[in-house]
Amino acid sequence: MNISNYLVLAAVLFTIGAVGVLVRRNAIVVFMCVELMLNSVNLTLVTFARTTGTVDGQVIAFFVMVVAAAEVVVGLAIIMSVYRTRRSASVDDVNLLKY
Amino acid sequence: MADFPFLLAMVVVPLVGAAVVAALPPAREALARQLTLAVSLVVLLLAVLATVAFDVGGDRFQLTTSVAWIPDFGVDFALGVDGIALSMLLLVGVLVPVVVGASWRETAAGTRSMRTYWAWLLVLESMMVGVFAATDVFLFYVFFEAMLVPMYFLIGSFGGPNRQYAAVKFFLYSLLGGLVMLASVIGLYVVSNSQLGEGTFAFDALRQLDIDPGVQKLLFLGFFVAFAIKAPLVPFHTWLPDAGAEAPIGSAVLLVGVLDKVGTFGFLRYCLPLFPDASRDLAPWVLVLAVVGILYAALLAMGQSDMKRLVSYTSIAHFGFIALGIFAFSTEAATGAVLYMVNHGIATGLLFLVVGMVIVRGGSRQIRDYGGLAAAAPLLAGVFLLAGLASLALPGTNSFVSEFLVLLGSFPEEPVFTIIATTGIVLAALYVLLMYQRVFHGPPRGVLLRDDPVAEGSGPDDAHGADDAHGGGATAVRTAPAATRSLRVRDLSRRELAVVAPLVALVIGLGVHPQPLIDLVTPAVEATMTDVGADPGGTTPATTDEGTD
Amino acid sequence: METIPATGLLGASWLLIALPLAGAAVLLLGGRRTDRWGHLLATGTVAAAFVIGLFCTFQLSGLDEPSASVDLFTFIRTGNLDVEAGLLFDPLSAVFVLLITGVGALIHVYSIGYMAHDPARRRFFAYLNLFVAAMLLLVLGNSYVALYVGWEGVGLASYLLIAFWYTRPAAATAAKKAFIMNRVGDVGLALAIFLMFAQLGTTSYAGVFGEVGLLAGGTVTAIGLLLLLGACGKSGQFPLQAWLPDAMEGPTPVSALIHAATMVTAGVYLIARSAPVFDETATARTVVLVIGALTLMIGAIVGCAYDDIKKVLAYSTVSQIGYMFLAVGLGPVGYAAGIAHLLAHGFFKAGLFLGAGSVMHAMRDQVDMRRYGGLAKRLPVTFVTFGLGYLALIGFPFLSGYWTKDAIIEAAFDRGGASGWLLGGVAVLGAGLTAFYMTRLMLMTFAGRARWEDGVHPHESPTVMTAPMVVLAIGSVAAGFLLVEAFPLTEWLEPVFGEPEEAAHVVPPIVVSIGLTVVMLLGAAAAWLFVGRREVPVTAPARVSPVVVAARRALYADTVNESLFMRPGMWLTRALVWLDARGVDGVVNGTAAALGGSSSRLGRAQTGFVRSYALGMLGGAVLIAGALLAVTSA
Repeated sequence: MNISNYLVLAAVLFTIGAVGVLVRRNAIVVFMCVELMLNSVNLTLVTFARTTGTVDGQVIAFFVMVVAAAEVVVGLAIIMSVYRTRRSASVDDVNLLKY
Repeated sequence: MADFPFLLAMVVVPLVGAAVVAALPPAREALARQLTLAVSLVVLLLAVLATVAFDVGGDRFQLTTSVAWIPDFGVDFALGVDGIALSMLLLVGVLVPVVVGASWRETAAGTRSMRTYWAWLLVLESMMVGVFAATDVFLFYVFFEAMLVPMYFLIGSFGGPNRQYAAVKFFLYSLLGGLVMLASVIGLYVVSNSQLGEGTFAFDALRQLDIDPGVQKLLFLGFFVAFAIKAPLVPFHTWLPDAGAEAPIGSAVLLVGVLDKVGTFGFLRYCLPLFPDASRDLAPWVLVLAVVGILYAALLAMGQSDMKRLVSYTSIAHFGFIALGIFAFSTEAATGAVLYMVNHGIATGLLFLVVGMVIVRGGSRQIRDYGGLAAAAPLLAGVFLLAGLASLALPGTNSFVSEFLVLLGSFPEEPVFTIIATTGIVLAALYVLLMYQRVFHGPPRGVLLRDDPVAEGSGPDDAHGADDAHGGGATAVRTAPAATRSLRVRDLSRRELAVVAPLVALVIGLGVHPQPLIDLVTPAVEATMTDVGADPGGTTPATTDEGTD
Repeated sequence: METIPATGLLGASWLLIALPLAGAAVLLLGGRRTDRWGHLLATGTVAAAFVIGLFCTFQLSGLDEPSASVDLFTFIRTGNLDVEAGLLFDPLSAVFVLLITGVGALIHVYSIGYMAHDPARRRFFAYLNLFVAAMLLLVLGNSYVALYVGWEGVGLASYLLIAFWYTRPAAATAAKKAFIMNRVGDVGLALAIFLMFAQLGTTSYAGVFGEVGLLAGGTVTAIGLLLLLGACGKSGQFPLQAWLPDAMEGPTPVSALIHAATMVTAGVYLIARSAPVFDETATARTVVLVIGALTLMIGAIVGCAYDDIKKVLAYSTVSQIGYMFLAVGLGPVGYAAGIAHLLAHGFFKAGLFLGAGSVMHAMRDQVDMRRYGGLAKRLPVTFVTFGLGYLALIGFPFLSGYWTKDAIIEAAFDRGGASGWLLGGVAVLGAGLTAFYMTRLMLMTFAGRARWEDGVHPHESPTVMTAPMVVLAIGSVAAGFLLVEAFPLTEWLEPVFGEPEEAAHVVPPIVVSIGLTVVMLLGAAAAWLFVGRREVPVTAPARVSPVVVAARRALYADTVNESLFMRPGMWLTRALVWLDARGVDGVVNGTAAALGGSSSRLGRAQTGFVRSYALGMLGGAVLIAGALLAVTSA
């Protein structure tokens, strides 16, 4: 099995996610891009677990999924309440927390 | 009786008291202060009993209590006292009830409550006991830093108009010193780990270490900076006038009287025995700081217009004398320095208290707002003068014994520094008498001629408001014919008399018969001198080898 | 000299100090309750001390070794230092004890009348008692530390009493000035004690005197000069003389007791007591001589120019103490002469001050002699007693001053050589000036036309005031003869100073006596020419010679002090206050401001845009990854 294919795919996914986080303004999209980055990491973990024959990577991937699920719940709730008060889901409109 | 854990009790009792006082309902202000007084009196009683249980000729550290605290790092909750620490505990024990009495009628400004004040006061007492009683360097460090917290709140919440600035300055300055010291404390642990095979913070074990001179210097400097900030030596002193001036009078007494002594106590307890070579090598520099401080702070004291700042500056000069006594490395001088620590706490504490009593009457800290007060309040004037005379070390007052011992003991070792320091006694007379003359002598003026002297009981918080009133409406009153004026300033009340009486008695008692106190501290001082490699004395000096002419 | 433990009444000589001290304590702590009888108690304690002193002296004279020690308690003992609180009653302290308690008791009596109408009379008597106690400790202590305690104690009492009328700014300032200038001297005394401890390991008289001979010459000279500095401060000698005239702001009994008879002579006591030290150092003795000669001239010259009766007497005191310094500076031949003059001076100068007080009492506290005149008839008792004191002071034949001053001048000439002639000459000239200014004072006060202010009706003082004056006048007449001829002080003090060798007289004594009398008469005649013959103007003439101007300004002593010390000191203080606030504290606050400023500038990076944070994180991650790669690949 050639792991480089998997790793390249993961890197591409991660880059797409990172660029998405940086350039998109809609909070939902940013959020999804974050998920994309997490999943690219999951892919990497599973790949290495398969290559080395250990289960550690797979276990960690499960952890990441669980945490990501929890994060989605909290994150979406925040986005919802921001949208209610601001009538906007743009991350640039939520900039009160600064110097 | 010696088995009773006096020191632990002295740490715990005020803490419990503080918790109870803080938990009282807001309506029970009177109960809060009564309880505070009771707790502080219990601590005084414990301190006295501890002194009775202390065997002067016995072991260096007595009344020890030790509980493993963080075994992984060799940290113990270890308490114990030698004569020096015990005398400081007695000072704490005496001053806190006096301060409680002096603050009896103070009211808190704004939404703050006096219950909080009393609670912080008790916490402070507990920390002060801990810092002097700790025989574990890490525990000492913890108390050293923890002490800042109650004092920060006492100044920052209950102080004068500029209290926030003063409190933050005090806190940051002390914290900075403390952090530098922490580095040295850790350094000590590392050294002990490599030399003893097992790291420890126990003072007695660390004293036995043989540290490389270069390392000693670095570790010494860490401790020294912390202590030089605490017992402010010039140029680390500028926080004290601000803190001393803005702190409520009771806290100022404890700040200058006890808290700052932790610095000089630290020199003697930690710097000298732990780093003897570094202490000897760097002593000339310390002495320069000390002597410069004596003259510099005395001159500055003369230039102050604010009484509380003036007293703070006099304290800086006095700390110079103490440092001189410690770093001259002779038993007489170091004994004098320890006595100075106790006596300065009593004398300057008394001076701060009477200055506070003047301020309560006049509502201003400025010297120029007073004049001729002696006619209206002769008792106050008398006590003020006595405190001032103690500050200038007049024979018959306690400070004379200590200042005399410091100078006399330093002279054989460091004649040049001592001669310069001795001229400081002229400056001391100047700043004390200048202030006394301006406030108490001369024809009645300032607040004496005002129509609305501030009623007794209002705190120094009112200083600014009263100042404004003085500038505006009082000018007309000032020009009123003498016959219609009445001297409205009251003399000392019974409560105030009760507050100053113990200190007055100590000023004179320790001035006439200081030997019991000297006997208490001498063994510990001699042990310290042995540690640092100086001749602890007891033998007559050679007189014949001076040669004949 | 052997010192034996005291027995009998001598063992209770601590009562001498304890009684007045207890009196002061009762009066100060008792408050207004003691107003009615406080002054009687105070007078009683001093009188009792005088009686005890008399008995102690009698007992002492019966001892084989006239020196008794009383050990009280351990004052300070640590390391090598051991200071025992104890007393030493020997012939020297005995004469001082009798002077202090005797004159002290008389002045207490006088004060009962003088202060009768002062609301704070109780406080006055408390301070007086405190003074007597401290002064007795000074002369009775058995070590330099005990002396130092008494030394500063009398300084405090002097401060309190000069500032007794503290509502007057002049009094308050004078008191402060006295204390500060005394403290300058005290530095010298303190350093002398430190030096003794450093070299000899002890501060007790017995220890120091026993071993001072073993010290190097330079060290002894240093000790001597430092002691002299202390003596100059307390005794108002050059260069520390300026406080004494200002001290006249205090009530007149204070001037009589403290600033004439007792405290200001403490410097003479110190030098006489330290005779074993000064015997070892000719250099220090020479400096004592120079200071004494210089000061006696300064005092006499300035005394000629002042119009304030008390200040003239004060400068006269400065001058007469100069004589005493001159005497003790001469070494063994002069100690007893100096002490004799001190005792005689104690009598006549105290009497003169009490007389001046009586005059002021009659003239509603006027001190300007130009406003006196013709008082002899109105104040007969004062006139006679004052006159006797005057005659004693100027050295009128066979009165006190004649005997004692004569002895000093003789001893000065006997020194031989140029220095002997110079010192003797100065002393004789000083005697002439003394006659001049005292005669001027007498003429302006008691003779001539009345120049009183309106509404002043002088009347003689009550008996309670005149009685002490009479006693002191008798003392002024008789003391000199008694001390020099009848019961020679030289013999009494022999156990302390040793037997003085009979000096070869350079000038025959009879010539000195006659010469001195002639000079004295010339001085008095000159005063009559200048003052007595003509009308005294009510205001001082403005157009006078530069010498008079200089004398009126006390030879510029205050000007020098102010321009050399006070003003530079004030500038220095102001500069340092500025430096501390701007410089030292400026660094502290500057550091705080710099930290705060940079943190707020760095905080600008916190824009609130989440995406820029994300970019920062990404950049950081890339940096770390790059760094890791660089490290692992290298």
